[in-house]
Amino acid sequence: MSACALRVFVQRAAVMRKAAHQTFSQTRAFPQCVTGSYTHSRGINTLTNSLRAEEKVTVHFLNRDGKRITVKALTGESLLDVVVNNDLDIDGFGACEGTLACSTCHLIFEEGVYKKLGAVSDEEMDMLDLAYGLTDTSRLGCQVCLRKDLDGMILRVPDVISDARVDSEKESSTAPPKV
Amino acid sequence: IWGSHICRVRGLSSSSSPRVCIVGGGPAGFYTAQQLLKNAAVDIYERLPVPFGLVRFGVAPDHPEVKNVINTFTQTAQHERCSFHGNVNVGKDVTIDELRQAYHAVVLSYGAEGNRSMGIPGEDLPGVFSAKDFVGWYNGLPSNKELHPDLSFETAVILGQGNVALDVARILLAPVEMLKETDITQNALEALAGSKVRRVLIVGRRGPLQIACTIKELREMVNLPNTRADMLPADFEGIAEALKDLPRPRKRLTELMMKAVKEGGDDKAEKCCGFRFFRSPVEVLAGADGKRATGIRLALNKLEGSGESARAEVTGQLEDVDCGLIISSIGYKSIPIDPAVPFDPRRAIVPNEMGRVQDTAGLYCSGWVKRGPTGVIATTMNDSFDTAHVLIQDMEAGKLDLSVNKPGAQAITALLQTRGVRTVLFSQWEKINAEEEKRGKSQGKAREKLLDVDEMLKIAWS
Repeated sequence: MSACALRVFVQRAAVMRKAAHQTFSQTRAFPQCVTGSYTHSRGINTLTNSLRAEEKVTVHFLNRDGKRITVKALTGESLLDVVVNNDLDIDGFGACEGTLACSTCHLIFEEGVYKKLGAVSDEEMDMLDLAYGLTDTSRLGCQVCLRKDLDGMILRVPDVISDARVDSEKESSTAPPKV
Repeated sequence: IWGSHICRVRGLSSSSSPRVCIVGGGPAGFYTAQQLLKNAAVDIYERLPVPFGLVRFGVAPDHPEVKNVINTFTQTAQHERCSFHGNVNVGKDVTIDELRQAYHAVVLSYGAEGNRSMGIPGEDLPGVFSAKDFVGWYNGLPSNKELHPDLSFETAVILGQGNVALDVARILLAPVEMLKETDITQNALEALAGSKVRRVLIVGRRGPLQIACTIKELREMVNLPNTRADMLPADFEGIAEALKDLPRPRKRLTELMMKAVKEGGDDKAEKCCGFRFFRSPVEVLAGADGKRATGIRLALNKLEGSGESARAEVTGQLEDVDCGLIISSIGYKSIPIDPAVPFDPRRAIVPNEMGRVQDTAGLYCSGWVKRGPTGVIATTMNDSFDTAHVLIQDMEAGKLDLSVNKPGAQAITALLQTRGVRTVLFSQWEKINAEEEKRGKSQGKAREKLLDVDEMLKIAWS
């Protein structure tokens, strides 16, 4: 089995272990960097993790409470995978499990990094449009995969709409009530 | 079964932790529970034998990814400090006061089961439905199983232009091939397979810049096979000039609509779908025998002001549209379920301050019953997290008397038993779930929902 295919198995296994009773929808939208099917494989994870130290990338999350969370993750993992696999304390992240049916994995990138990421699909843009606090360097984490040249990037986790804040529907003037 | 569990959480034994009761087993209830479980034992009460509320009965069958949140809810329900109790009608089988006596805090998360009415003559004629009921029908809500909408007319008119309206239009016009592997009910699938509806008009009282739907749903509409766009260029006067000043989300949505106006679509298409703007319904018209709807009378509006706050003003002009199916999609509406709970009939919500119910210590609310019936699941999620945080704050600030031991579900279940009410536990819902998946599998569908509450109960308690 090639290292690439192994990595995919491991990613999926890690995500599936996280949510013990989860059954993935058949319609999970894969970001372009990830291919292949998923499977359960606890044993492989420990083995391949130690084999692949050289493909690790450091990512910093600036959380809503201002705290910085630093993790090492694998190239090829989506940022949603990174949050899930590392059990990061980000409330409500990835509600639709990476299927482009919500905008809860919204992340804000540094401008230089954002430019390196490439074109955004219409499908992603459509969901991103619904995100609170949308910026010009916003992306959905489930659609962005780690590469070596993204090592050390800092991601800001945007605030979400809440009663205690200004009502975004009035503030941003883009969003009438939606159901 | 819960008593025999060894509680693995350090320092939080199930007999001494605060007990919270949640009324409503939909997304608001589950997301509120998810946050509270860190600090309390949580019991969720739901009227139906089955959980998940609008995620099960509202989300369109061709949007299965949106239902992935069920996986999170399932985890929450299976948490050792959480228990789900279906088949309990709060307000009828047990009162809010009785719940408040048995728990340290009660959260109302029962959503919006009613709908706004158009308030026009002829609204009750056969052929007129609320979107709530139509959606409930194709999604297997037990109380809508006898809806039997007549789909033998060519034109359907939908009032309202939000995502629910777009869902209804799409389900009416989608090829059966697109629907037959989903969890749409078999009777709806068969009715749609035999449908004569070929033209759907989605009517809004304001203009294109005020449309309430989102771009994903509009794109799905534009891409529907064998369906061309049926728009009025006149409705779009002045819109192109306004584009440059719009924020990106509104701009992209408007551009997509304008593209549909311009390109029209395949002339050979058998079906058509389009928006009609600046129109408000004033009367449902009946045929000569007066027995059913045969058309709708619309008043033409002009816009005062611009942007989100623009208002529709009457011009006095009228327009009649022939149609045999009229669906009003102008909003859901919450109802009061217990006289002991304050209720604001004008806004149709439980009056509250950040989720704390007005003048009622220990009572909270989350979701649509708190903020009104708008927003996607993620909106409800954030709102529910907020209520949970406020409740936890109150616990930590000593605003709830946690020194008193509360009996929780033990007392309520016993009380219900004396009233002849037996609950459905989550593990029993899972039997219903397994049966639905099994029946679906034999038809090549994701699931075949049970439509009958008695049948659900029989399987749950088997």
